[in-house]
Amino acid sequence: MAKKSYRQAINEALALEMRRDPTVIVMGEDNAGGMGAPGADDAWGGVLGVTMGLMPEFGRERVLDTPISESAFIGAAVGAAATGLRPVAELMFVDFMGVCFDQIFNQAAKFKYMFGGNAVTPVVIRTMYGAGFRAASQHSQTLYPMFTHIPGLKVVVPSSPYDAKGLMIQAIRDDDPVIFFEHKVMYDIEEEVPDEAYTIPFGEANLTREGEDVTIVAIGRMVQFANEVADTLAKDGINCSVIDPRTTSPLDMDTILESVEETGRLVVVDEASPRCNMATDISAAVAQHAFAALKAPIRMVTPPHTPVPFAPQLEDLYVPNPAQIETAVRAVAGYAR
Amino acid sequence: MLQSNRQDLLKAYTQMRTIREFEERVHTEFAGGTIPGFVHLYAGEEASAVGVCMHLGDKDHIGSTHRGHGHCIAKGCDVKAMMKEIYGRKGGLCGGKGGSMHIADLSKGMMGANGIVGGGPPLVCGAALTAKTLKTGGVAVAFVGDGGSNQGTTLESYNLAKVWNLPVIFVIEDNGYAESTASEWSVGGSQTKRAEAFGMPGTKVDGNDVFAIHEAAQEAIERARAGRGPSLLHVKLSRYFGHFEGDAMTYRADGEVEALRRDHDALKIFRKRVTEAGLLEAGQLNEIDTDIAAFIDEAVAEAEAAPPPTGDDLLTDVYVSY
Repeated sequence: MAKKSYRQAINEALALEMRRDPTVIVMGEDNAGGMGAPGADDAWGGVLGVTMGLMPEFGRERVLDTPISESAFIGAAVGAAATGLRPVAELMFVDFMGVCFDQIFNQAAKFKYMFGGNAVTPVVIRTMYGAGFRAASQHSQTLYPMFTHIPGLKVVVPSSPYDAKGLMIQAIRDDDPVIFFEHKVMYDIEEEVPDEAYTIPFGEANLTREGEDVTIVAIGRMVQFANEVADTLAKDGINCSVIDPRTTSPLDMDTILESVEETGRLVVVDEASPRCNMATDISAAVAQHAFAALKAPIRMVTPPHTPVPFAPQLEDLYVPNPAQIETAVRAVAGYAR
Repeated sequence: MLQSNRQDLLKAYTQMRTIREFEERVHTEFAGGTIPGFVHLYAGEEASAVGVCMHLGDKDHIGSTHRGHGHCIAKGCDVKAMMKEIYGRKGGLCGGKGGSMHIADLSKGMMGANGIVGGGPPLVCGAALTAKTLKTGGVAVAFVGDGGSNQGTTLESYNLAKVWNLPVIFVIEDNGYAESTASEWSVGGSQTKRAEAFGMPGTKVDGNDVFAIHEAAQEAIERARAGRGPSLLHVKLSRYFGHFEGDAMTYRADGEVEALRRDHDALKIFRKRVTEAGLLEAGQLNEIDTDIAAFIDEAVAEAEAAPPPTGDDLLTDVYVSY
């Protein structure tokens, strides 16, 4: 075991599965890089280097560079999955779903149901999301709620290198279409990650902090903020449970409800825009199924209902931060009827 | 060559007649109110599906369109199960969950009719990628309408198939109308020149002549199987019914369909050719007609008698596991 980055963890998962299973292929824009160009082969390994090194080991037949043509190659990944391969396609920035969503939500997601059960579509679509890179409105969105909305898709949002590796291996071995969300700000965070292959099952939340006063549900990058806040508040005697659902579809509501039954207070932290996001979804489910246990109104910490801005000062105001989470937790902890 | 083999001639006629009888019957039954939903019929276009799919086996894949019944039949899907599917019944090819626009049978290499115009070509590129990667020797055919030929997905797929050198054949079935809009107006440039612009051969074919389609498809498919990449066929044909069932076709010329049925019908042309050349006898063809009419009667009766899906079926088949 060694310290590995979120980027390395995903790369290692891909390499391990490609070695294990010859039907696993990788495709995307510049996934190797330099295709047809006079300079270096494997020039990029993906725009942020996640697939670096795969092409030299597995060859261009299994690490396919594509034209900038998301509809065609995401659709091709779906069609290849339905006919016997296990493709991992990279939709570089999730914002680009706008030019290829049909192939994901009308085709991949629905084959099994529309065809009366007679289809398996084991495709993984890797995609980068999230603000913090000063990448502005069209390269920074957090769009997992839009995929979570679609029956037939599974949606994975890993919050750590360890989880990213185990969830990616699970995603590749899974027989349903999986959308795998990688937060671009997290690629360089490091932790101990085992060298061997392991899987983390979908639909099983991770309890990263345990406390009896307030339940914080946080997703993706927000999990580290929630953990920080929980550690800070513990010193003041406010003990929080932090729940990382790991996958938004399937969603482990049981773990969230159990925790709220105990604490009676809930804060949900979601980097997605505030309308119809995971915070509203989880809050509605808690209000429906654990109303009697609630001792305070549910609080949601989200960005404002705006596009992601460019100017660093504005973007910093946009992204939910630990101070906002702390304020919300203190508010529900101190709430009295 | 289709002419040289009697069994092939009989198969071609049987399939074309099955498609025609199926579609004419669905038209009648739909008008009677027993079939739910949206239905788009392939009558008049039979020679295209049959002329192409006669070269294909189960390892080969096709992607179809919303007008997909003919492609299904030509690719070997169970015709009675198709009829049940169109009625939305248990025992349907997709358990009554897909309907006319989503009929599929992956075990036969039929990747589905498709409710999204232009939805199929990227998927077909994927099937071709599987064939290439796993070296199955298979090819993949994207059937696309003249309407679908203007979708970005289709044009992107031309490019992807070319740069990945995929064993794909794009078959543009140009029936002259994208819904109610004439393809003469809606298609910029020419279908075959579009193909050439992407670096692949493009051939225009008379869609009422199954012999011509069979021959052109053979060349394109052999080329794909030999690893020489994609090609395109522009098949000019006509549909006898509306865009959807219920379309009054006010956009068509007076007497247009009657003239097509009288002078340009693929089945009539086939019958004349093979009987005049002494390849088949009229009696044989009449016998096929009678048998197929009885078979489609049975298919309708069995579909009408089949039970609908139940509440349990609503919730199954969304995921392999969840």
